[in-house]
Amino acid sequence: MKDTQEFFERNPAPSPEFLKTPFPMAPKEEDGGEIACCGPPAGPRSGANEKPGYLVWPFVEEFVQTPAGDTPRVRTRLSLLDRFLAAGARLGIARNSHKVAPGLYTLGLPGPESPVLVTANYKLSFDAVRSSMEGRSAWLLVVDTRGINVWCAAGKGSFSADEVTRQVVRTRLDLAVSHRTLILPQLSAPGVAARKVRRATGFTVQWGPIRAGDLPRYLDQGNKADPAMRQVSFTLGERVVLLPVEISMVLKPVALVILAGFLVSGIGHGGYSLAAAWHRGWVFATGILLAILAGAAVTPLALPRLPFTAFSAKGAVVGAVMGATYALYVSGGWMAGWALVLLMAAFSSYLAMNFTGATPFTSGSGVEKEMRRAIPFQTLAVLGGAVAWIAGGFV
Amino acid sequence: MKDFRYLSGVASLRVDEEKCVGCGDCLEVCPHGVLKVEKGKATAVDHDACMECGACAKNCPAGAISLTPGVGCAAYIIQTWLKGRGGVSCC
Ligand code: SF4
Ligand code: SF4
Repeated sequence: MKDTQEFFERNPAPSPEFLKTPFPMAPKEEDGGEIACCGPPAGPRSGANEKPGYLVWPFVEEFVQTPAGDTPRVRTRLSLLDRFLAAGARLGIARNSHKVAPGLYTLGLPGPESPVLVTANYKLSFDAVRSSMEGRSAWLLVVDTRGINVWCAAGKGSFSADEVTRQVVRTRLDLAVSHRTLILPQLSAPGVAARKVRRATGFTVQWGPIRAGDLPRYLDQGNKADPAMRQVSFTLGERVVLLPVEISMVLKPVALVILAGFLVSGIGHGGYSLAAAWHRGWVFATGILLAILAGAAVTPLALPRLPFTAFSAKGAVVGAVMGATYALYVSGGWMAGWALVLLMAAFSSYLAMNFTGATPFTSGSGVEKEMRRAIPFQTLAVLGGAVAWIAGGFV
Repeated sequence: MKDFRYLSGVASLRVDEEKCVGCGDCLEVCPHGVLKVEKGKATAVDHDACMECGACAKNCPAGAISLTPGVGCAAYIIQTWLKGRGGVSCC
């Protein structure tokens, strides 16, 4: 208080004449008041939807007033940002941040009779639904599946009758619509008992198509799915998008294997040789990287064309063929050649076996049976390959 | 999906004909067209295509379907071998 008094004592109020002189850097009236004093021109005034502490997703077009409260209306066209984020999700970047807030959204301008589509709060699932609904009106109820896609969330139990119930109640969906029907993705059925949802909320579950792209046809047919809509597919395109995550998941253990490879590659006749470690180490490392390609990329892509039904066998074939080709190409002696074939077949086989988890048709019992048979062979091949590789330093 | 067949004779899916009331709810949720209702009872017409997802069992009002709900995922199974079935998460 004392300081302010002192300030005013030392600085008397400015004279009325002084107040009339314009601030030298302010925009002049003759410029239309448009020229900024510094930096780029200012953007538009903050939108009416902005609230302190919140960030409005760019996919929200506006907030509409509905009987269930202010509801974000989302765009049905994906933006460049959406595509960029989707690519990040596919590459496994920031895996836990591809979420949208659970709750009620609108597509177009739905009324009390409009259908209610339910999906997971994984951004890619949400995007798939809204982008398939261009030019249509519907309610979109997003369930808190912890940012996991429909199928995995149903398997883990986070896409469940309880979670659906929670969102139906929390959003007051009963006020927004006059009917009592929810359309759930069929692939959520392993986690959702439809009758439990009805008992808890009064809403009847109808099973929508597996692929969001079939939604318009499903709705046009009066909520009826063709047999094809009820069957999963596993096309080449659907396999391609899985590869980056498959590969990124094995990079860490593979780095250790390669490091070990460099270390043992130096063992030979005259004791330990750094030059040999470097030279043979590179041959080894390249072989292991090729084995990843064989097991985590070539095998998944060529899946239906490869012999055998067991994934480990398919992967072993690809790994062995690529290993033999590579061994002939580097021609480091027959012992090292056999080592490469064995090691690459084993690694490729293991990675191919791991790919079972990403497919929509392998049963747990089947995979377990396959593993009980394959793992002993894979272990033997790795041991044999390692011994042969070290022995290859002596021949 | 005809191009993709997995090991045969392993799926743990069983339909208890005694309990089944023939409502057909299980057919609707199956992503592999495994089940059909014949003469008022559900039967597995393509048993080997079953991936044990558990959708049918979860939605059978009569509790007529039993299976070992598994995840067909090697990494998951290794974890169950090491730590037992509890406390393991899939993909
Ligand atoms: S467990 Fe899944 S794949 Fe097997 S019959 Fe039931 S719904 Fe079909
Ligand atoms: S859902 Fe259950 S009761 Fe209904 S047909 Fe299938 S097995 Fe039978």
